[in-house]
Amino acid sequence: MDIHEYQAKEILARFGVPVPRGGLAYSPEQAGYRARELGGKAWVVKAQVHSGGRGAAGGVKLCRDEHEVASFASTLFGKQLVTKQTDANGKGVYRLWIEAASDIAQEIYLGFVLDRKSERIMIVASAQGGMEIEDLAETDPESLRRMTIDPAVGLTEFQARELAFQLGLKGGQIAQMVNILRACYRAYRDLDAVMVEINPLVVTGSGDLVALDAKMSFDTNALFRRPEVAELRDRSQEDPRESTAGDHGLSYVGLTGDIGCIINGAGLAMATMDMIKLSGGEPANFLDIGGGASPERVVKAFQTVLADPNVSVVLVNIFAGINRCDWVAEGVVTAYRQLGLSLPVVVRLAGTNVEEGRRIIDESGLPLLSADTLAEAAALAVASRPRKAA
Amino acid sequence: MAILITEKTRVIVQGMTGRIGAFHAADMIRHGTNVVGGVTPGRGGESHLDRPLFNTVREAVEATGAEASLVFVPPPFAADAIMEAADAGIRTAVCVTDGIPSQDMMRVKRFLRRYPEMRKMRLIGPNCAGIISPGKGFMGIMPPHIYMPGRIGIVGRSGTLGYEAASQLKSLGIGVSTSVGIGGDPINGSSFKDILHLFENDPETDAVMMIGEIGGPQEAEAAAYARDHMKKPVVAYIAGLSAPKGRKMGHAGAIISAFGESAQEKVDILTAAGITVAPNPSAMGETMARVLAMRKAA
Repeated sequence: MDIHEYQAKEILARFGVPVPRGGLAYSPEQAGYRARELGGKAWVVKAQVHSGGRGAAGGVKLCRDEHEVASFASTLFGKQLVTKQTDANGKGVYRLWIEAASDIAQEIYLGFVLDRKSERIMIVASAQGGMEIEDLAETDPESLRRMTIDPAVGLTEFQARELAFQLGLKGGQIAQMVNILRACYRAYRDLDAVMVEINPLVVTGSGDLVALDAKMSFDTNALFRRPEVAELRDRSQEDPRESTAGDHGLSYVGLTGDIGCIINGAGLAMATMDMIKLSGGEPANFLDIGGGASPERVVKAFQTVLADPNVSVVLVNIFAGINRCDWVAEGVVTAYRQLGLSLPVVVRLAGTNVEEGRRIIDESGLPLLSADTLAEAAALAVASRPRKAA
Repeated sequence: MAILITEKTRVIVQGMTGRIGAFHAADMIRHGTNVVGGVTPGRGGESHLDRPLFNTVREAVEATGAEASLVFVPPPFAADAIMEAADAGIRTAVCVTDGIPSQDMMRVKRFLRRYPEMRKMRLIGPNCAGIISPGKGFMGIMPPHIYMPGRIGIVGRSGTLGYEAASQLKSLGIGVSTSVGIGGDPINGSSFKDILHLFENDPETDAVMMIGEIGGPQEAEAAAYARDHMKKPVVAYIAGLSAPKGRKMGHAGAIISAFGESAQEKVDILTAAGITVAPNPSAMGETMARVLAMRKAA
C-alpha cells in the first residue's frame, strides 16, 4: 500500500529524519495561505499523487510569490496527473504539499527495499541522486552502493558510517547520515514497510542533510497490526475497479485488451493470459477468484470484469482444488441470467466436482461455450470475439 | 522413495481443529497419509478425526515421533507456528497460509539458520498448495485424484498451474513422483534450486517439470544449478508473459521489479542454461513427453 509524500515525510520526521517545513492544502486559497504561513521567498508546490515522476509531468513547481503559489495550485486541483509511472488516465490531484524551498548543493539517492535474494532489508544509495533509480541503474550503475541488514541485529552503526563515507560525506554530515539511515531502518521495521525511498536526500548550501522527497510503501499483509498505517490509505489514488474487487475477495488487475478473464489461482491466471496472447488475443484483466469461491463470488467476478467497457468476451478457466466446479458453474449460470448477458462466455472446468459442474453448464440451456483444455479455451475466446468495424 | 513425503512419513497438522485445517486433514487421511496427530493450543488431551491433539508441537513430536508438520495457522500466528515446529525437531514443515507479513518470514528464515544442518527443518511455502507423492501421501490442499503415480518431479510456485501440469502429464500417461508447491510469496522456505537438488538425488525421479513465474531471482538461480549440477532433464514454463511491469499479479511475489524478473528474460536465462522451455502453458505435458522420448532414443 502506497502513501503520499507528505505522509511519508511526517512518519520519517517522527523517526528523526530532517525534512523541510511544509503544509498541506486542499484548495488554492489554502495553498496561498500555507505559503504565507511558512514565510520566506520561495516555495515548492507539489501535487500529492501516488506516483513518481511528478516533476516531469508538471506536478511540481518552484514559486516565487504567494499568488504564483495560488494560481499554480488552481491549475492542479482536480486534474488527472499523468506521469510515466501511471496509466493514461493518470491520478487525481486532491491535495497539495507546500514546502519552503531548499538550497541544494548535492543530491543523494537513498532507498530501503526488500531484497529477495538475501531475504533481508537492503539499503541502496548513490551520491548521484535526483533521478529515478531505474535510470540511475542504467546510466551510472557504478555509483550504486548496496548493504543488507541482518534482521537479528538491525542496522549497525558501523554499517551506516561506512555507507556515509562511501557516499563522500564528511565532517558533521557523517553523524547526520548515520541518524537518517537508522531512522529510516526503524521506520521500515517498526511499521512493516516494503519500501522507503528518499530521492533526493539533499546536502544544503550550509552542509546539512534534508529529505526533499519521500516515498513509503507498506506490506498489506501486515496492516492488521498497523492501524496507524492502514488509515493512511487513499482510495482516490486506486483504480476503483481494483479496490472494489478487493473488497469482494477478488484479486483484479485491469489491462487494456478485450478478453475478460475469470480464473482461480494467480499462476493459472497469468498462464491463461499468456495463452490468450499466444492465440492472438489480448486479455482485459487479471482476475483470481481465490479459493473456495461461492456462486455469489463468481457473480461478483462477472460484475467486476464487465464493468470494463472494452470486454467483448469472457473466459472462465477453473482448475478446482479447494474450489468446486459445481459452485463455479452455478455462479456462471446465475451471472448469465441475472446480468442478462449476451456476449460470448467460454467456460473451461477441471478438477474437483468437474462432472457436476459440466452438467450444470450443459443443462442450463444457455449459449455458453465449453472447452476441455486451456489451449482450446483460449482459442475459442479469441475466435468468438465480435468483429470490430474497421 | 519420492521426496519429502512417503506413505511412512509421520505427519501432524498444526491447526487441525480449524474449519479448513480439519477439512484438508480429513482428506489427507482418506488418501492414506500417515497423519499421527494435531496441535491446537488449549485442546491437548482431546482427539479430532480419531487422532490425538496436543498443546505444543514438542509434545506431539515426543508422543508420536512426528517428522513432518502441515501448518494451517492464520497469518498473524503462522510465523510463530513455523518456528515452533523447527524448535520441536520437525524435519519438514509445509505452510499453506497466504498473507504472512514479509518481515515475519524474514525472521523465520533467520531463525531456521540457528540449527545445525543435521537437525535443520526444511520449510515448504508459505502460500503454497503443499506437497504430494501420488499414491503415497500428501500434505496440502491439492485434489489428489488428478495426479498419477510415476517418475516425474514437479516444482512450481502456483498451486493451480501445478494441477494443470499434472493433469496434462496424466492425459499423456506420464506419472508424478512428487509435486512440490514452493508458494507465491517473495520470501519462501525452499527455493526452486533446493527442490531441484532433492529431485536430482531421488532415485525414483527421472526428470523435473519446473513452473516459474515473473518476479524474484529464484528461476535464474535454479537455471545455473541445473546447468552445473544436474544430470536429469528439466522442462520449464514461466507464467506472466503478458504481465505489465510493476503490477502485482495476485501472488505477493509476482511482480516485475528488477532486471531479469520478466517472463521473457527468465525464459532466455533458462534456455541459455540448456533447459527446455514449454512454448505455452497448454504444452507443458507434451514438452515433457518430447524430452523424455529424446532421452530414451539417445
